[in-house]
Amino acid sequence: MIRVADGQGDKNGVASAAEASASKSPASLRVRVLRQDAPGRESYWECHVIPYEANMNVISILQRIAARTTTEDGRKVAPVAWDCNCLEEVCGSCTMLVNGRTRMACTALVDRLLEEQPEEIVLEPMSKFPVVRDLMVDRRRVFRSLERVKAWVPIDGSYDQGPGPRISPEDQEDAYPLATCISCGCCMEACPQFTKVEVSRLAGESQEAFEARRKEAFDKNFLGAHAISQAMLFNSHPTGKMIADERMEALTDRGGIQMCGNAQNCVAVCPKSIPLTRSIARAGRAATLWAIRRFFDR
Amino acid sequence: MAGPRVLVIGGGLAGLSATMRLAELGIDVDLLSLVPVKRSHSACAQGGINSVNTQTRQQGDNEWKHFDDTVYGGDFLQHQPPVKEMAEWGPRIVDLMDRLGVPFNRTPEGFRDQRRFGGTLYKRTAFAGATTGQQLLYALDEQVRRWEVAGKVKKWEFWDFLQPVLDESGRCRGAICQDLVTMEFRAFPADAVIVASGGCGLVFGRSTMSMVCTGSAVSRCYAAGAFYGNGEFIQVHPTAIPGADKLRLMSESARGEGGRVWVPKTPQDPRDPRDIPDAERIYFLEERYPKYGNLVPRDIATREIFNICTNEGLSVEKDRLCVYLDLTHIPKETLDRKLGGILEIYEKFQGVDPRFVPMKIFPAVHYSMGGLWIDYERSASGGLVEGSPRNQQTNIPGLYAIGECDYQYHGANRLGANSLLSCIFSGLFVAPGVVASCDEAKKSEPGPQLMNDALKAQEKRHAELLSRPAGGENPYDLHDELGKLMTRTCTVVRRNDQLAEAYEAVCALEQRWQKCSLSDTGSWTNQNVVFTKALGDMFPLAKLILKGALQRDECRGAHYKPEFSMPGIEADDPAERRRLAEEWCDRFEENTKKWLKTTVARHGDDGHPVLTYEDVDTSIISPRPRLYGLVGGEVIEEVWRERQQARAQAAPQPATVGAGG
Repeated sequence: MIRVADGQGDKNGVASAAEASASKSPASLRVRVLRQDAPGRESYWECHVIPYEANMNVISILQRIAARTTTEDGRKVAPVAWDCNCLEEVCGSCTMLVNGRTRMACTALVDRLLEEQPEEIVLEPMSKFPVVRDLMVDRRRVFRSLERVKAWVPIDGSYDQGPGPRISPEDQEDAYPLATCISCGCCMEACPQFTKVEVSRLAGESQEAFEARRKEAFDKNFLGAHAISQAMLFNSHPTGKMIADERMEALTDRGGIQMCGNAQNCVAVCPKSIPLTRSIARAGRAATLWAIRRFFDR
Repeated sequence: MAGPRVLVIGGGLAGLSATMRLAELGIDVDLLSLVPVKRSHSACAQGGINSVNTQTRQQGDNEWKHFDDTVYGGDFLQHQPPVKEMAEWGPRIVDLMDRLGVPFNRTPEGFRDQRRFGGTLYKRTAFAGATTGQQLLYALDEQVRRWEVAGKVKKWEFWDFLQPVLDESGRCRGAICQDLVTMEFRAFPADAVIVASGGCGLVFGRSTMSMVCTGSAVSRCYAAGAFYGNGEFIQVHPTAIPGADKLRLMSESARGEGGRVWVPKTPQDPRDPRDIPDAERIYFLEERYPKYGNLVPRDIATREIFNICTNEGLSVEKDRLCVYLDLTHIPKETLDRKLGGILEIYEKFQGVDPRFVPMKIFPAVHYSMGGLWIDYERSASGGLVEGSPRNQQTNIPGLYAIGECDYQYHGANRLGANSLLSCIFSGLFVAPGVVASCDEAKKSEPGPQLMNDALKAQEKRHAELLSRPAGGENPYDLHDELGKLMTRTCTVVRRNDQLAEAYEAVCALEQRWQKCSLSDTGSWTNQNVVFTKALGDMFPLAKLILKGALQRDECRGAHYKPEFSMPGIEADDPAERRRLAEEWCDRFEENTKKWLKTTVARHGDDGHPVLTYEDVDTSIISPRPRLYGLVGGEVIEEVWRERQQARAQAAPQPATVGAGG
């Protein structure tokens, strides 16, 4: 169910799509890119036409654009800026809107995209994060959320203390999918409750003061599904749960779990098929219990 | 006076481990990376991490055997004390990662599960699904984030390291770096600099490596006078998924879990692979290497796959070289549990489910065994002296290298699941020595002029690049040419005539690079200029790799020249076999004397590498023929053993260090 939603389809669907499009593959591709030269500048559309090759993905399209830097109407332009690294959907860098949907550019296969929309491929930066340039956005808020929920195991230190706790295979199988979160930001992009926070440095403001103000702005706003899920991951770890209360505090603070409107978009767009709504449901129950406990502890 | 401050370049497993341990030791760390550290290339490591464990110990395994497997697998080219120390740290490191919350797969009783990897006979590899590198990286990333919140670590993400800054005495005093977003330059004074920047796969164009693995940070240290060791040793992984933008790794764990490599007996058999009966398939690794089967060391598996496709013409496809890697005999449920992550990659990029259809794979450049030359201090027991500032230090005092970008640990060929171990080990182990080095640095402080001059020089270089005239060479096209050239001449099979030609061709490409034009001359998030700089820094590496390969007239690990190969013994007559084995061993000894040496490259003033050769410390385990599945290996081994015994009787043994463990 989730697989279909994230655009991968069942195996036969993908295979047959690839075969079908191979038989009627176009000579070239028209790619429309929403560009922006720097933060605060106007965005504008630009079209590129590049030769079709078998087995292309959006990354290879952008590589061709970078090498050619000539638009559809023959103008020489600067290469489109974008973020990428591993190209195998494990680093979380290359998130963008491809044909209007948030996803990883590396696994966005051209043959599939042509099935969806044969006339052109449309690339836009994510809309919930400030644009740095073109398709590159500033996602430091993703990592700030991880700090807010203390997404780590609070070990005493890194010296040898023997092995970690014994863990049943069931618990490992429960935890592992949550631990595969690549911090790509898809869940935040798709979430109606997650809104853009763009803070720019004021004239005369020190770097430290600016960073503090930006952090404050992030912390007033929604954490995002990934951070809620990480909080649940560490609250279920035998050592991680030793600071479960601190995480519950963060989850029930401003910008916490109460912001979730249960739209369930997050789980539909997650490229790693992480059961985010299950984590959110667990976090919701835990938050209720925690609030009751706190009430009686007062 | 401010407390000690260390600059770490790169936030993969090695850089993060070092940062965590340094912060714990009270050092302030600047952690600088081209990408947010959580997105580092370590995330791509799939299969697992090696260490002896309670279970293998009871099957006869111990640290000594892990050490022995590593040096034997690496064809004895690595100095032995660091490897011995690493193998001894293995169990502690896996325990630590377990405590950090890495979701290692579990046995029904709740212990860590282990799988078997190449080059060993024990199930020594702990794993977290098929994304072990990702899980280890995240656990360290989380700890470093904790230190960041505590104020001990400051991250500089989306920053490029441009050069180390050396004072008059030749000591490293910090670095000049550039913000990839604002393009601002900044000097980072530091009491020590640790380079943890990973491999240089992009020198070969497409590889299994991530886009940041350009080798530029290492090349910039080399240009500043750091030595480079064993550059010609590049691991080509046997199994990758060919792709237009990159070659995606298919982990060795696919074979560790029982995956079988085969080709149809009929060249380019058009049938669906599932319809080809067993009798009409060649399981060539199992046939030729009955002991290790599909789990022979990587260099051997790679050559066999390459050979069966090119020389024997048995590639599965005609236009694209590939063989089958088959998992379809393994229950789907087992595959999902143990290999889910990597099978998903294949399915996502190829559109075919490898649980039901055999995968098509081919070798790809994967790992740099070579890297910055580093020192160590040997302990009386044959390991390392903990806390010595010499450990992991380059020939430039105060400049350290750890992880894939150092040349230690893996010799001529790396064993699977040893890279994660060497990265974390070198990161943790380097820290106390760096603290000692900081104390040394604090004895004198350079004036601000040193950093300012270096900063100005980098700004000038940058401005010159931006002002190059339009209409010149295209850097992306040049990179494509470089990659194709290096892949064709300097990977699986190497020939001297081709290497010599390639060296000339790389020099010509480097000349053309001087005439590169930028398509972006702006001063905001200019990826074009950053790439062009990194490309320029690939040529010195390409040259030292080629020259090292050209001069090394032998076969060792990943470095294979057919002209100098030592074929097995095919004769049947026992006396003849014996005679040939004697000859074989003579030749082996002669070759060991001549070539069991580290290649040390120094950047010459004329831009060409100057190579010297350094003896390898093999004092703990004496080199022996690497005979995995070689025809006639038994008789060679017999002759070899007799010679060793004779030698042992002739000379009274010096006290062997920790032999037998």
